[in-house]
Amino acid sequence: MKQLDTALGLGAVRGPIGRLVKLALYALVLFVFAGPLLALLVSAFGRVTDPTRLSLIPHDLTLDNFRTAIDQGVLRYLANSLIVVGGGLLLQMAVSVSAAYALARKQFPGVRLVLLLILSTMMLPEEILAIPLSLVLADVPIIHLNLVGTLAGMIVPVGAWAFAILVMTEFMRDVPIELEEAARLDGAGDLRIFWSVILPVCRPALGVLGIFGFTMIWDQYILPLLVAQDASQFTLALALRSLRADEQVGTGVLIASALLALLPSVIVFLALQRQFMRGLTSGAIKG
Amino acid sequence: MTATLAAPPAPTEAPPVARRGRRFKNASAWLWLAPALILFTVFKFVPMARAISMSFKEVRPYLGDRWVGLDNYRAVLGDEAFRAAAGHTVVLAAGETLGSIVVGLALALLLEGTARHLWIVRTAVFLPTVTAMAVVAALWRVIYYPAPDGALNSVLGWIGLGPGQFLDSPHTSLWSVMAVGIWRGAPYDMMIFIAGLAGVDRTLYEAAAADGAGPLRRLWHVAFPAMRPVFGIVVTLAAIRGLRVFTEIFLLTNGGPNGSTEVVMTLVYKLGLERNELGIASAGSMLLLVATILLTVLAQGLRRRKA
Repeated sequence: MKQLDTALGLGAVRGPIGRLVKLALYALVLFVFAGPLLALLVSAFGRVTDPTRLSLIPHDLTLDNFRTAIDQGVLRYLANSLIVVGGGLLLQMAVSVSAAYALARKQFPGVRLVLLLILSTMMLPEEILAIPLSLVLADVPIIHLNLVGTLAGMIVPVGAWAFAILVMTEFMRDVPIELEEAARLDGAGDLRIFWSVILPVCRPALGVLGIFGFTMIWDQYILPLLVAQDASQFTLALALRSLRADEQVGTGVLIASALLALLPSVIVFLALQRQFMRGLTSGAIKG
Repeated sequence: MTATLAAPPAPTEAPPVARRGRRFKNASAWLWLAPALILFTVFKFVPMARAISMSFKEVRPYLGDRWVGLDNYRAVLGDEAFRAAAGHTVVLAAGETLGSIVVGLALALLLEGTARHLWIVRTAVFLPTVTAMAVVAALWRVIYYPAPDGALNSVLGWIGLGPGQFLDSPHTSLWSVMAVGIWRGAPYDMMIFIAGLAGVDRTLYEAAAADGAGPLRRLWHVAFPAMRPVFGIVVTLAAIRGLRVFTEIFLLTNGGPNGSTEVVMTLVYKLGLERNELGIASAGSMLLLVATILLTVLAQGLRRRKA
């Protein structure tokens, strides 16, 4: 009865017709869900003078789309995107790991309240905060700094992400206290314990944080939209809106730039897939 | 913090050293938390407080704000465009939620299993979910190109349908946006369903099969009941995601044609950042926030009761 390891028991479907039907269904879902992205990849290297030339089959191979995209400054946008995702992710992980250490490993009055406050922001969609956030970015309270028109304005706000703190706090709670106590008896201070005891144990959770943070920051649209003042600060995502068409290569320039914006997230996802799935299911199931 | 350290310890409690140690530990806990607290305060709590306060004011740069009570809320609720946008938002959120669940469940049932080829297909199908919305929108605008030989119209032509106008017609624009949302949302739901299905007790399947239940009855009587909490989570997450919809509309149609895809957030964005009606825009955001919170609480309540 080993064949009943899935709800529909499709693994047990044998025979030529059954196999053919299964194959057709796989082909259909691949065509619908992966097909458009594959068309993006293929068409970026072909002549796509207008949108009707989008195709899954390579023809007229050329790099002209990328050349024109580079002429239109796409490398600058790519560099901006990479700076924002690099800086943002570094800040986000440092802030989350540090906060999680306090929330998971230290008992102090107010710990529950702080966690509750942080978690409450998970119900607060960033879209809803867009307008007041744009005012705050133009004049940061107390220090009166104007972050509008700077890449820092796209980096610093993503440091505050409740999901990352939640994942990290839950993971750190499960680190055995004995590890920490042993190090403390050896005379290690907080910083040392954090760096050489807690963090190494948390490596799997750091992977989850890394992949989710990358995807979240790479997907950012509203924040760059509020912060960028002219094309020199555009991220790739923002630029896709203004790079609509070009006389020589037409839609090709858009397709090529979209591919550049797609590839980093796909590469990171494929590289850290296991961590991604773990985070997806644990975060979602615990809700 | 140093002041608390210097305070004399109460004689009846723990010896001074241990007590000082604990106080020091408290102080250090706040130090570890400080970066997060500062960022959350500046970029979450302060904007939140300002949104609430602006929603009760007429915001006048240089002149100072004027308290107007509930006028902004009255203006928003009385606005035909806002009510239409709220309607579109609800239709879109409900459609995307339901569509993603149905398609995601179908995908999960088809692609569940440990075989390597299934894993590869799942990975490929999941890619839309990790693709940035800006890329998704750019790509689908090309696919939806309304000429008879546009990409989607060509595919529809093979099966004798179309050509359609998709995003360019007020009759189909909202549905076209919804389809993109489902395309991106269904694979996400699929992965959560697969995780849920993995938790179903295998012996129950076999017991059901031994009792002569076919695959569909097994699904209905064994797998679905076991997955009830998973459904609850998926619905909650998708509904919250749906109400706040902004980027896909902004990039696919920007509310057009003819306002047929205008949603609450695109309207709020136009009111606030293009027409500078900050008070009214904030009132609109607050109404959406209240709806989101109500929905979350409701979904949590339903989940508890069922569990």
